[in-house]
Amino acid sequence: MAKPLIEVQALRKAFGRHRVLKGLDLNIQAGESVVLFGPNGAGKTTFLRILATLSKPTSGTVRISGVDINDNPEGIRQYLGLVTHAPLLYGDLSAQENLRFYGRLYGIANAEKRIHELLERVGLLHRRKDLVRTFSRGMVQRMAIARALLHNPPILLLDEPDTGLDPQAAEMMTDFLREIGGSQRTVLMTTHHLERGLALADRVLILQGGRIRFDEQADALSYETLRPTYDRYVGTGVAL
Amino acid sequence: MKRYLQVLWAVLWKDLRIELRTKDVFTSMAVFAVLALMIFNFAFELRVPDKSVVIPGVLWVAIIFSGVLGLGRAFISEKDRGSMAGLLLAPVDRSAIYFGKMLASLLFIFVMEAILLPLMVIFFNLNFLSWPLLLLLFLGTVGFATVGTVFSGLAVNTRTREVLLPVLLFPVMLPVLMAGIRATIGFMEGDTLADMMKWINLLIFFDILYLVVSYLTFDFVVEE
Repeated sequence: MAKPLIEVQALRKAFGRHRVLKGLDLNIQAGESVVLFGPNGAGKTTFLRILATLSKPTSGTVRISGVDINDNPEGIRQYLGLVTHAPLLYGDLSAQENLRFYGRLYGIANAEKRIHELLERVGLLHRRKDLVRTFSRGMVQRMAIARALLHNPPILLLDEPDTGLDPQAAEMMTDFLREIGGSQRTVLMTTHHLERGLALADRVLILQGGRIRFDEQADALSYETLRPTYDRYVGTGVAL
Repeated sequence: MKRYLQVLWAVLWKDLRIELRTKDVFTSMAVFAVLALMIFNFAFELRVPDKSVVIPGVLWVAIIFSGVLGLGRAFISEKDRGSMAGLLLAPVDRSAIYFGKMLASLLFIFVMEAILLPLMVIFFNLNFLSWPLLLLLFLGTVGFATVGTVFSGLAVNTRTREVLLPVLLFPVMLPVLMAGIRATIGFMEGDTLADMMKWINLLIFFDILYLVVSYLTFDFVVEE
């Protein structure tokens, strides 16, 4: 088996006395689409923030392409795209201006061409000159994905990107994520939506109590077979 | 270096663009500065025979107090919009973000000063504007924005962020404030530029010190 793209070893994170991650071990291969389920407070967001170099682990190591993220965080950030439930966009800038700004942050050559291409892909080209604050939640989230893909990162981290979306918008986003995932990009997504998560996953993880409790290939799972396990770790009444 | 400057410029451009559209920061700073000026004017007008005695204090206090409003917004607005993570994800040394933010705050304060100074001349009926005074204000404002921006980044992750910023900032600003006020008093009493040099040198020293410390610490300040 090839060397994993993302290697996580004995990862711990505590906020004061509150221990969120309690020795997390995980390897993710290049091109894998991994969906991470877990109850609220399980440490999903904390884990993604550590991978994105936005938060430092208390102990343990994270390597991306063999490089410890603490050794070269600036270099690692070039490999990552992050989508969270907060869009990381500026409401008082237009769609085009937002992407132009992020294009400058990432030093993208031919940014205008790439912006045009991405806006077309997320179906917002006709709204490119409109302020983002005039967009619906679904449109904002599509913009957030365009922002995260602007520098064409090999790793895409998605932290509950479907939060607050109506079912139609969430379905559109699932289709879009399936399309952009492909075999080239490595995707790690957290969600509370079991069915949607399964539709996107090559591999399913459940994080509970700061540790990975379940790790299976998605093709061996169905909604019906996963549901009891999900209920046991995550709790009933949460998954959709 | 080119990438570093590109990110710095991007952050500055973005803040200026948003401010030109919303005028949030500038309006609050300018209105506060004018109100402070009016209150000081009414408070001192009848009691002080020599207005040049109070002008330096009024000028610097109005700048510092209204400037804090602008500096506070530097990172609070990012946090409130949820866009802070977007900035911190930039694949570049984070001090570039700091310098972009600092320059934007500096520009906002300069614009506020450009409005405040003529109003002071009108309110106090005394023309005290000159190049040495503008030099003092420039140096004092640079020190203020330099350290204020880094404290704004520090305060943003706390629950009492609006209160914490001035509580942290004012004690650290004392040397700059003291040098600025003393030099302005000296200038208004007829000191030459050579007489004021010790205060100007002190301002330059603290500007450089704040700049170096802010550059070295910003990454730790915004870290979770």
